[in-house]
Amino acid sequence: MCLGIPGKIVEIVDPEAKLATVDVGGVKRTINVAFIVNKDHPVASCLGDWVLVHVGFAMVRIDEEEAAATLALLREMGEYQSEVDNMKHSAI
Amino acid sequence: MKYVDEFRNPEQAQALSRQIRELAARIGRTRTRPLQIMEVCGGHTHSIFRYGITQFLPEEVEFVHGPGCPVCVLPMGRVDDCVALAEQPHVIFTTFGDAMRVPGSKKSLLKAKADGADVRMVYSPLDALKLAKDNPAREVIFFGLGFETTMPSTAMTVLQAKAEGINNFSLFCNHITIIPTLRAILDSPELSLDGFLGPGHVSMVIGTRPYEFIARDFRKPIVISGFEPLDVLHSVWMVLKQIDEGRAEVENQYGRIVPRDGNPEALNAVQEVFEVREFFEWRGLGSIDHSGVRVREAYAQFDAERKFHVPNLKIADPKSCQCGDVLKGLIKPQQCKVFRKECSPETPLGALMVSTEGACAAYYNYARIDISNLETHPEKTATGKTA
Repeated sequence: MCLGIPGKIVEIVDPEAKLATVDVGGVKRTINVAFIVNKDHPVASCLGDWVLVHVGFAMVRIDEEEAAATLALLREMGEYQSEVDNMKHSAI
Repeated sequence: MKYVDEFRNPEQAQALSRQIRELAARIGRTRTRPLQIMEVCGGHTHSIFRYGITQFLPEEVEFVHGPGCPVCVLPMGRVDDCVALAEQPHVIFTTFGDAMRVPGSKKSLLKAKADGADVRMVYSPLDALKLAKDNPAREVIFFGLGFETTMPSTAMTVLQAKAEGINNFSLFCNHITIIPTLRAILDSPELSLDGFLGPGHVSMVIGTRPYEFIARDFRKPIVISGFEPLDVLHSVWMVLKQIDEGRAEVENQYGRIVPRDGNPEALNAVQEVFEVREFFEWRGLGSIDHSGVRVREAYAQFDAERKFHVPNLKIADPKSCQCGDVLKGLIKPQQCKVFRKECSPETPLGALMVSTEGACAAYYNYARIDISNLETHPEKTATGKTA
């Protein structure tokens, strides 16, 4: 919950609602990108961004190297699988 | 040093370790007690144990595990409130998985689910909102918890519920806020901390400015830290460096994620939806002024506390459970009378044993790491300066 998980934005789902699809290690889900967009970085420009995702929201843009390091860290800490499972099995 | 191979850069870790030892030895000459550094965030606690970071530290430096695990600081009465809400007819009660196993005075949410209540684990508050849309005849309650890291997401979900007019969605708001909590810790006469590792992802939202009072008013160093083992070691070195040089400042080791002003969009959402409560009850720490937030009047229709009857009973922690003393850094987990006996991750008595970010679960899971040098040192009066 607090460590979050890195993912890559692979599709803009709804620019109005600021929804995008993120790919986290092959698992895709819709997230909200409202917190990483502003007039200099509109929703459309999020495509291809690496982001740190917390509970379904992109909280910050990161570079690919940081994303890889964080993924390795989460794997080593045993948090990666539980986070991905939570994403996959969420009651929706 | 069996964990050293797992560091992505073991040479750098060893080099930092040497520099930390040198600094600690220099500072230690003027004092008779260990240097205590509180890692505020449960994510850091987990990292410290997973990588055996204490092996890189000299005896003069010890970690005090702070209150930054939101699940761990939930009082029993709050879990009882959740169960009471979940057991109301027509309610779908949604929660993050972490909170399912926290014991209430009668049962956990997991037990309530087994007993027939409709409790569902969600990954995101947005999933709870979707459940509400898909089940218009039911009332969907989301159990919002966490510090500023998750607070903006809950706020944005409430904003979306209002925008879309999803009136069968409501929030049971148990979000807590870090700054008053740190102030309460600093005000406590029992504590003798020398510095802090500041939380990484809370700071990603609030930025570094809100911590300035710690340096200014309490003359303690604080370094906002990343979660990599090298980040943690580097941050410990930065805290010691400040102490050695007689400085007390807010420094940011996690600049790649934490901007000085935080995330303005996230802060705006929080400001719009939430207001500070007069006080909020914590497990082990008691009531802390202004440490929680509630839903503003303008969003009352999405506030489960206004919409439903919440018992709001104060339930004392079990007498045998010493989570409070551990949270305050007065004892180490293995000094608790029930640690590894009545209390284990399988059958947790206290919340610190429930979450992987809890200090007790960390001690339990990584007990194979030599923890002999983590015993509390006999408390003596500090003779040296503490920066």
